[in-house]
Amino acid sequence: MSDADSSGESGADSGGAFGSAIERGEDVPLLTGSGDYTDDISLRGTTHLAIRRSDHAHARIERIDTSDAAAMDGVVAVYTGEDVVESGVPNTIPTAWDLPGLVQPQYRMLATDKVRHEGTAVAAVVAETPHVAHDALERIAVEYEPLEHVTDPVEAVERDVPPVHEEAADNVAFDFELGEEEATDEAFADADRVATVDLRQPRIIPNAMEPRAALADWEDATGKLRLWMTSQNPHLHRMLLSAGTLGLPENKIQVIAPEVGGGFGSKIYHYPDEAVTAWCSMQLGRPVKWQATRSESYLTDCHGRDHVTTGEIALDDDGTIRGVRVETHAGLGAQLSQFGTATPSYLYATVLSGQYAIPAIHCRVVGAFTNTTPVDAYRGAGRAEGIYVIERLVDAGARELEMDPAELRRRNLVPPDEFPYESAAALVYDSGEYERAMDLALEHVDYDDLRERQRELRDEDRYIGIGIGNFVESAGLSPSGLAGDLGAQAGGWESSIVRFDSTGSVTVLAGTADQGQGHRTTYAQIAAEELGVSVDDVDVVEGDTDRIPQGMGTYGSRSASVGGGSIARGAREVREKARRIAAHQLEASVDDIEFEDGEFRVAGAPDRSLHIQTIAHEAYLGHDLPEGMDPGLEETNFYDPENFTYPFGTHVAVVEVDPETGDIEIRRYVAVDDCGEIINPMIVEGQVHGGIAQGIGAALYEGAAYDDDEHLQTRRMDEYAVPHSTQLPDFETDSTVTPSPHNPLGVKGVGESATIAATPTIVSAVADALEPFGVDHLDMPITPESVWRATEGDR
Amino acid sequence: MTTHGISVTVNGEQHDLTVRPRTLLVTALREELGYTGANVGCETGRCGACTVRENGETIKSCTRLAVQADGSEIETVEGLADDGDLSALQKQFQEQHGLQCGYCTPGMLMSADTFLREADDPSREEIREAIEGNLCRCTGYQNIVDAIEAAAEQSGEHR
Repeated sequence: MSDADSSGESGADSGGAFGSAIERGEDVPLLTGSGDYTDDISLRGTTHLAIRRSDHAHARIERIDTSDAAAMDGVVAVYTGEDVVESGVPNTIPTAWDLPGLVQPQYRMLATDKVRHEGTAVAAVVAETPHVAHDALERIAVEYEPLEHVTDPVEAVERDVPPVHEEAADNVAFDFELGEEEATDEAFADADRVATVDLRQPRIIPNAMEPRAALADWEDATGKLRLWMTSQNPHLHRMLLSAGTLGLPENKIQVIAPEVGGGFGSKIYHYPDEAVTAWCSMQLGRPVKWQATRSESYLTDCHGRDHVTTGEIALDDDGTIRGVRVETHAGLGAQLSQFGTATPSYLYATVLSGQYAIPAIHCRVVGAFTNTTPVDAYRGAGRAEGIYVIERLVDAGARELEMDPAELRRRNLVPPDEFPYESAAALVYDSGEYERAMDLALEHVDYDDLRERQRELRDEDRYIGIGIGNFVESAGLSPSGLAGDLGAQAGGWESSIVRFDSTGSVTVLAGTADQGQGHRTTYAQIAAEELGVSVDDVDVVEGDTDRIPQGMGTYGSRSASVGGGSIARGAREVREKARRIAAHQLEASVDDIEFEDGEFRVAGAPDRSLHIQTIAHEAYLGHDLPEGMDPGLEETNFYDPENFTYPFGTHVAVVEVDPETGDIEIRRYVAVDDCGEIINPMIVEGQVHGGIAQGIGAALYEGAAYDDDEHLQTRRMDEYAVPHSTQLPDFETDSTVTPSPHNPLGVKGVGESATIAATPTIVSAVADALEPFGVDHLDMPITPESVWRATEGDR
Repeated sequence: MTTHGISVTVNGEQHDLTVRPRTLLVTALREELGYTGANVGCETGRCGACTVRENGETIKSCTRLAVQADGSEIETVEGLADDGDLSALQKQFQEQHGLQCGYCTPGMLMSADTFLREADDPSREEIREAIEGNLCRCTGYQNIVDAIEAAAEQSGEHR
């Protein structure tokens, strides 16, 4: 059941700070160039690290000669993997998600025996300037014995190739199953029709505008490491540096995430590079800075997706979906990254029911090692891949039945009175009104008229396509016990501190970590609402493990629901303590104290009142507190939600495709999102816009490519198409509000929704446009060339 | 090591400095002079996070050598605000939620500010073309276009 505020004073209802489109306070430093990103910070005596990386995808390291590099003017030190081993640190980049039968090969900070993907770190140069460090990289001689490589996840397990790791001779890291195989087989046997899709979801490279960076400062005198880094989760990095790579106690590591220039997943993970930066500072007793170049980012930031899938959907002639069967080969890259195992397993297979009541689902995922950059969670992780599959299957089913795709969807939606709904893919959806959101989205485009217009235009040899993307998302991974049962090596809780000071201003310290999402504003709105103070009275602090003792960070659309939930709970505790002080000082019973707009009043005696900020002062004076009450007015909260939240919605795209040129024009893009209660509509809309942009990017422009000679082809910004301003349309957004019963604010999260929705929506629209040419699916990214080939009958 | 003495004026303040022939303008601005507003996103001139103005024209400062800027008037994002008050364009970026992580913002602002000096009542398409060389991974551009459009309308009203 919900633990929504039983006193009826929940911020969601009272029309104050919560729900308002308040401008972001964090913008001013960013607009004036005064905000500090990691590379903007320098300490006296800072040295600079550059990392020598493998230009082979798969090779044995025969010899590394660093003498020429070490002899260069300005070079402070050159290290190899052997040096790290000899230093005796644990030297293990750990995976944070175990699965049954998982093969977990060793993953060291610097490679010692083999390189397993292009970009593997093999040596480190520390120099007085970045230029010298980079120059010195060229003077390191590495002799390799090249080995045959494999980049495709199907080939990796089916072709006879030298294994990426000896421990996994067949390159299988895990073989994962979810759902009921027998029941699914029966559903398929009983159904009237079956439709099939074969699809690839290519690798996406995150391309946060700020490449990863770290600045480490080891202090010999105290044995303490300070590490500024581009982190989405400084506490998790502290833990992994402590237990995984450096072996320092957590209380001797301070991780600081200053301004972080975007993440989208790529800054969650513990990479070798930041650990090497810290290790070098520990060796030298000097500050060491590492700033990735963009080409380093392409080779080393975890890629996303990389699925090869066959999906089948079983239907009856009346449009009832009977079952879904999915088999996927998921490329994991050369090493297991933190959530690299969770993303294509639990985060993927569990959403295959989408918005639909499907009685039988079975999914098998083979996780494959390949000689490529490790793959991990990218915006929408797992959910994006799963929703893409079910939405493509529903479209395939509609073609098979010659039924309107909107109608087929409508007939199978989970109805509102079925919640909480337990799907055959093992999730319990919290709340949803799927048809309401879908109707709203279809109304925006005048769906029936548009279908008519589509038919008319086809007679003029013009090809409009309408794509519908219904999604449901599992956000805010929790509770910790469930996460642990599934294999997580970290909790799903979040922690915060809500603190009044003696002058009545409020500090919120949050364990999440912003990378542009506007936490300082939304969290201030939550606290202001709960405490009856102004948003301007609230300061929000994030991203520093010495100031905020505990936290889990920002990923998986968890900040509003789990982080915000923690803040709301803490603020309510603070408010209740203040209420007891008010009752004492007003000589009234606690039950008779009413609270409104920050004022505690005695019921029936409105002139007897105390403002919460006055009480804050009293709490720190400590002169006149209830007997036995400790002074001060702050609370530390740990919040472990009872379940995920399940944002949902419907996106609709209208495209026009020119079969002569293959050109695709997005004519309309409508997004109806339901993220539960909305804290700040302006910020929610911004998250939706950015999410759509990344989904359209994946559908039409983006995708990592490896050439036949094992090299990543897309390693510069002019080779990898991050969409620019003229490639995206204006978006039309709308929302419905179905509160989540699973957290104190009724919020669900929105950071990933639109990316999850946009890829199937766009692909569906293009395929719909090309129906007269017999095209039912095109793999992403759909390019003018692939369109042209498909219309010419060359698939 | 060969070095060159150069003189640049940044946001109205003159600086004499010694740079190596290969020192990039963005490096000189960030590391020698402390103007860290211009960011390095791609090193190829593609992303535009390092955009500044040189003698009134926008340039990508990561593809320009510092010696080439000898004698130039450079303007960076640090100079856009007027005595601590955000410019109309900066204010619109805040009001229209035209930034999220903010890493592209200094370059985006410099391109937009330069564009608005010439543009009279620009269309949304013209605005999108004007910022085509500045990549943003967060916003999807729509709110940035809104911000520039609103700033253009404001300056139009002032004429």
